[in-house]
Amino acid sequence: MYAIVVGAGKVGRNLARELIVKDHEVTLIECSRARYLTIEEEFEHAVQYGDATELWVLERAGIQRADLVIAVTGDDEDNMLVCQVAKEKYLCESIIARVNNPRNYDHFKLLGILPAVSATDLILRLIEHEVPRYGLVHLLALEEERLEIIELEVSADAPVAGERVADIALPEGSLIISVLRENAGFVPKPDTVIEGGDGVLLVLDPGLEQSITAFFAPDGSPAEA
Amino acid sequence: MFVLIVGAGRVGSAVAKSALAAGHEVSVLDEDPLSHERLDAGQSKSWEDAQGRFTVGTALETDALIQAGIERADVFIASTDGDNTNLIIAQIAQKRFGVEKVIARVMDPARASWYGEQGLHTISPTKHAIEMFERALELELA
Repeated sequence: MYAIVVGAGKVGRNLARELIVKDHEVTLIECSRARYLTIEEEFEHAVQYGDATELWVLERAGIQRADLVIAVTGDDEDNMLVCQVAKEKYLCESIIARVNNPRNYDHFKLLGILPAVSATDLILRLIEHEVPRYGLVHLLALEEERLEIIELEVSADAPVAGERVADIALPEGSLIISVLRENAGFVPKPDTVIEGGDGVLLVLDPGLEQSITAFFAPDGSPAEA
Repeated sequence: MFVLIVGAGRVGSAVAKSALAAGHEVSVLDEDPLSHERLDAGQSKSWEDAQGRFTVGTALETDALIQAGIERADVFIASTDGDNTNLIIAQIAQKRFGVEKVIARVMDPARASWYGEQGLHTISPTKHAIEMFERALELELA
């Protein structure tokens, strides 16, 4: 695979290094002359000096034959522009953009620049995983499958208390797989009525914790682990 | 017409003043509060007294754009000092806020012409300067 990495900061350098170790062909593009000179010794011909938002710089790096363009500069506009041009002008198959300011994520999405990766968001998601802020307990995270299983306690005033499972319109990507009641667990049927005080196990796509909590424990009181 | 101008440098502030003088409603957004002085310079009334609007904020902040009135803008002009910023915010104005007329200042002729082909109205001062120099040179050498 041929990958172009734009921005030779800590992220760009380490990505390039890893890709080279894995036997991929890599060109790293850096627009600061000083930084370029420092890393040239290590990367030799695999690093080029230039502003990758200039089309000729991308062409000099061989963007026409690149399989992957990764934009990880510290500037969100630059990352968006590089990826947009790579995708739409040079028809590059895969792009990955770094989001520096999580507030800009919507702009990346609007312009179709996905995946867009934000370190802040990744860490926030980990925090939510570690600290059960939404009153739920993470039982199992299936990283590869991008699924997780959680446990929640149904509060008495929850919107779902007294509802039949079939009538609960949970968000797409979530499913009740078990109900825990009076020290016993069972797999619910469509006509099972959820009661306040029940424990429920759900399988869900990561990121749905907050919206799911609203159904079962709107006040966010911690479940008993 | 409601004209929103992002970036009140030499170009943005001059266009803002002439649009206001032509009777349009004009709102200016710039991250530097000092850029307001450029709007007042050489005018008999202050920018606000002349019914101009000025908002401090960066162009990628949705809140700042909304505060500056982007939701009812008829024309959006991106004239910050960054080509990439101008190209990105012009697309945001077009695609997220549905502004009908969007114009972006893009110094780099190559980027200006490719984005122009994609349907964005771009103006490249560099391209104009090159053409003018070429013409002047032709005349000198004739």
